[in-house]
Amino acid sequence: MAAGHSPMEQFTIKTLVPIEFAGYDISFTNSSLWMLLAVICSAAFLTLGVKRDGVVPGRLQSIVEIFYDFIMRQTVIPVMGESGRRFFPLLFTFFIFIFFTNFLGLLPYSFTVTSHIAVTFAMALLVFALVLVIGFWTHGLRFLSLFVPSGVPAWIMPVIVPIEVISFLSRPISLSLRLAANMLAGHTMLKVFAGFVVSLLGAGGVFSALAIAPLLAGVALTALEVLVAAVQAWVFTMLTCIYLNEAVHLHDHH
Amino acid sequence: MDAEAAKFIGAGLATLPLLGAGIGIGNVFGNYLAGALRNPSAAASQQQNLLLGFAFCEATGLFGLVVALVLIFAV
Repeated sequence: MAAGHSPMEQFTIKTLVPIEFAGYDISFTNSSLWMLLAVICSAAFLTLGVKRDGVVPGRLQSIVEIFYDFIMRQTVIPVMGESGRRFFPLLFTFFIFIFFTNFLGLLPYSFTVTSHIAVTFAMALLVFALVLVIGFWTHGLRFLSLFVPSGVPAWIMPVIVPIEVISFLSRPISLSLRLAANMLAGHTMLKVFAGFVVSLLGAGGVFSALAIAPLLAGVALTALEVLVAAVQAWVFTMLTCIYLNEAVHLHDHH
Repeated sequence: MDAEAAKFIGAGLATLPLLGAGIGIGNVFGNYLAGALRNPSAAASQQQNLLLGFAFCEATGLFGLVVALVLIFAV
């Protein structure tokens, strides 16, 4: 590793515009900047994509339509059925936002917003709260039957019910950690391999020639990270969808 | 033992979840391939489940990474 450069350095939050409000530090940081850029990019992508609104889509419009089709017809409808349509705006927003923050994070010298648990946990908590509100709103106290799986003998209930409750409560943690840890691990790995290239080149002689190996590995890992960035955005959306489906339909399959 | 040293040993031990994640990811793709070869017409429809299973397995390994990072940077 090049001296003084930690692979974790990329995750430090730097204050760009210090703002203090009522004793709280709400500064505009590099995290806010990249979040804002993701919002601008996604808004531009989606509005420019459907601007022409042709029956025969152009290049950009067909990409936007693929996004829509992927979330609507291949994720939301198969999981939730037709009643999933009213959750589509939320789910699509999650997908697009995470997708764009993940991909912007892959650019060199950028900042990966979703690598911070504070960001992903906020989104996961929103999902958790939404599931609770919708569950109790539509089913009342019957929503608690979510913790009582059907077809299980009564004597095993004292064990099963606490396990179900714990697994329900740990959902926001696993949902947010999965996304954040994936982004954190992937970007750390990329930087570690980039560090190998630098230190091998610095070693000189025959070692400089060997630097091609971690460079190629870095290229391959970048390809893997592109896949992971897309898959994790979709996994977050899919799991949100599954959780919401449970809140709407309880045990019955839409 | 030095507390600092114990921290690093703990962080090293926290990489053990990779064992499970490796077995899990191998299982996911191996079984998918086995199923896909037996019934190739059903393979395409199961690709989403494949990715979901892969993501679950991978995340389990990464929880170990989180433990390691917490030990190094936050304890």
